Amino acid sequence: MDFVIDNIIIPLIKIGIVFGVLSGVVALMTLAERKVAAFIQVRLGPMRVGPHGILQPLADGVKLMLKEDILPAKADRWIFTLAPIIALVPAFIVFAVIPFGSTFNLFGKTIALRITDLNIGLLYVLSISSIGILGIILGGWASNSKYPLMGALRSAAQMVSYEVALGFSIMGVLMISGSLSLVEIVNKQKEFGWWFVFLQPLGFILFFVCGIAETNRAPFDLPEAESELVAGFHTEYSGFRFSLYFLAEYANMIAVSAMAVTLFFGGWLRPFPNVALPGFLGLLDAPLMGPVWFAIKVAIFLYCYLWFRWTWPRYRYDQLMKIGWQWLLPLAIANLVATAAIVLLFVRKG
Amino acid sequence: MKEKFSTQFVKAYSFLGQNNIEVKKALIAEILTFMRDNTILPCNYLADETAVHWPKDEEFEIVYILYSFSKNEYVRMKTRIKEWETIESAAGVWTTADWLEREVYDMFGVRYANHPNLKRILLPEDWVGFPLRKDYNVRLQDVEWVRKHLGIDSGQKYYVGEARHEDPNYITPTD
Amino acid sequence: MAQAETLFDASELTVSMGPQHPSTHGVLQVKLKLDGERVLDAECVIGYLHRGVEKLGEVQTYGQFVPTLDRMDYIAAVSNCLGYCETIEKLLGVTAPPRAQYIRLIMTELNRITSHLLWLGTHAIDLGAITTFLYCFREREEILKIFENYCGARLTTHMFRIGGTQYELYEGFQDQVRTFIQDFPKKVDEYETLLTENRIWLDRTKNVGIISAKDAIDLGLTGPSLRGSGVQWDLRKAKPYCVYSEFDFDIPVGEVGDTYDRYLVRMEEMRQSARIVSQAIDKIPDGPLMAKMSKIIKPPVGDIYHSIESPKGELGYYIVSDGSTMAYRARVRPPSFVNLQSLKKMVAGHMVADVVAVIGTLDIVLGEIDR
Repeated sequence: MDFVIDNIIIPLIKIGIVFGVLSGVVALMTLAERKVAAFIQVRLGPMRVGPHGILQPLADGVKLMLKEDILPAKADRWIFTLAPIIALVPAFIVFAVIPFGSTFNLFGKTIALRITDLNIGLLYVLSISSIGILGIILGGWASNSKYPLMGALRSAAQMVSYEVALGFSIMGVLMISGSLSLVEIVNKQKEFGWWFVFLQPLGFILFFVCGIAETNRAPFDLPEAESELVAGFHTEYSGFRFSLYFLAEYANMIAVSAMAVTLFFGGWLRPFPNVALPGFLGLLDAPLMGPVWFAIKVAIFLYCYLWFRWTWPRYRYDQLMKIGWQWLLPLAIANLVATAAIVLLFVRKG
Repeated sequence: MKEKFSTQFVKAYSFLGQNNIEVKKALIAEILTFMRDNTILPCNYLADETAVHWPKDEEFEIVYILYSFSKNEYVRMKTRIKEWETIESAAGVWTTADWLEREVYDMFGVRYANHPNLKRILLPEDWVGFPLRKDYNVRLQDVEWVRKHLGIDSGQKYYVGEARHEDPNYITPTD
Repeated sequence: MAQAETLFDASELTVSMGPQHPSTHGVLQVKLKLDGERVLDAECVIGYLHRGVEKLGEVQTYGQFVPTLDRMDYIAAVSNCLGYCETIEKLLGVTAPPRAQYIRLIMTELNRITSHLLWLGTHAIDLGAITTFLYCFREREEILKIFENYCGARLTTHMFRIGGTQYELYEGFQDQVRTFIQDFPKKVDEYETLLTENRIWLDRTKNVGIISAKDAIDLGLTGPSLRGSGVQWDLRKAKPYCVYSEFDFDIPVGEVGDTYDRYLVRMEEMRQSARIVSQAIDKIPDGPLMAKMSKIIKPPVGDIYHSIESPKGELGYYIVSDGSTMAYRARVRPPSFVNLQSLKKMVAGHMVADVVAVIGTLDIVLGEIDR
């Protein structure tokens, strides 16, 4: 009985909660995007559906589901349907290894606030996110039309290039923490008393920039910009299938933000995690506050995503690739070498 | 300039403070090149090139409006050609003339020799007729279009002759 | 990208940026010959908006023709009006009274600001800076309110009449314009902070669409595009019309002739326009609004050419009159038509994404090109 509870029911409940919360946040992001955009642009955004437009995501969801399902005549039907799913699923399953908090006791059972703790967690995240790129290529290919295919290839090339720099930029963190497990990384940050962003500032900046390029967001969103000649890989998609790509983009954004928070900003730790807090503020140390801190930090990152999109113009494609290969990659490697040197000389003496 | 092209020269006059020079059409390209390169009034900028239709004389009057940056002055060159004649293109002198002449061709039917790309520019490629001529009847065009594409009688009154609405000679369309 | 080329096995690809496109400003079709991503040649196909304005000029009386002209360059409609009215006044030999001329000047300069704001908004949004578009329209809204209060129309205003203006200034006009002009330079600074020093903006606009001064003059380029290439020529200073000679303003000039220079020139022009209006608004003289002339306009036989500096370039009118109430030939020299010719030269050798930037920087209005 214990076995069943420990290994089947509790994980199922956790998966349910994480999936539910994540879907909710993705839906909320669609609204947040429009509201933040509106406020930056001196206007109000959606206001009609529900008080201050809160129910707008619901309306959008209903609309997209009820739209006519158009399938291009020459498109490959199975792959056409499968491609958005391939893009969406990896974005969600990345969250299986992200720690939202430490452990707490419930009815005598120690429950860890994460779905699982893979000791190769970081590697898992990197590899799973690469699968998402496949969804984009297949989407463009399955449309059986010249322009979506070109757009898909461009998108894919961009994502692959920035993946390399992304991988290098987090190696510094790997070296300092000595482990690939995400839980270990957060615990190490608690041990050191410093979030890794202070030890690896360049690594963080590189990671975030590469993350923005990975998710095809501004200023790196040329492959999906409307004013471009080639309308992007999701030209032929409409209705529910299109909404899947849309959700995949937001889920990816949240995944990148969550990774940035976990790797560089202490995950579920509060600021100054080792400083004891007086009196009632000790509540802020409670295990259930972990997810709250996590959520706050992820929210700040998501806001940054939106802020950048609505403020900056976009890069031309060749300039984008140039930045990825000629600037970010060398900087990431330099960061790696410098970190390695410092770790060898000062931390691991002998 | 008078000395060089005295055979082509017709007259120079000033109207309301604006200088006009009228020449014959034969050596128009050389004259324009001269206007561009001479030192007294180097016209390095072609402001406009257009045509005016004088159906009574069956002529087109091609007008070039030139401007000199250094002397800050405008000059108008005019030349007359008969409706069926061709005229040398000015596109070799100023590249501006390229599209301006295409428009003159499009609207009037003036043919330019040695033009790099003499095609219709504003109207569709397969348009018949030259709209800005005085004998082009816009109402007739409309009636014919309606008859051809909609198969009905548009009922619009049109008249044959100059396109002036004061003309009382209305003729109702017949089948 | 190399993979894509072998996939399609096309060393030269002809692509048409069709008439319906989010970033061609109006119905413009550009046929691009591409080699991969590089543009080899660009051919513009225009005429989708041709309405036969010049033919209409021959069947409408001089007074009736003025509103038709508004519809040409619908963004800067006031300039069209001004140019035509001044041309006919020159032909008739009348001058508008000083009060009318001051009103004309203020409205034309406000319209210049409007036109440049729209240019900035659409140019920025083509390159991805979406927010600038909305900020520009916020300012434009203020000016359009002034226009609406003055003559009842926001876009296709029929503001001036041959011989002066018809409408008297409304109460509160000077205050409204003054409030706007006082705030405006700060707003221009706001746009500049967003874009001028922005790394991404610089990358997208520097060295894109370069045209030398010599090429520009040869191609007939006028207006801010010519000034971006270093030629300091503005009809307001070279051949002053209206009452421009009484005001103190500078002509901004660029150096290289690329998109960034043209952007800077137009930003500065907005500031200079605000400067002119702030000088003029205090000095409006009293007096009649229309010159003394007959109601029926029958100019003497002859022809005339007069041009003004519209926000897009040199807007010229060539009118041939045969003594009757209608023009014999009403020719409009549209600045955008001649400016668009230089697209071919500017775009050769650049990437596809730059074509959008160059079309934006030329500031074309299809209504004017096609007439």
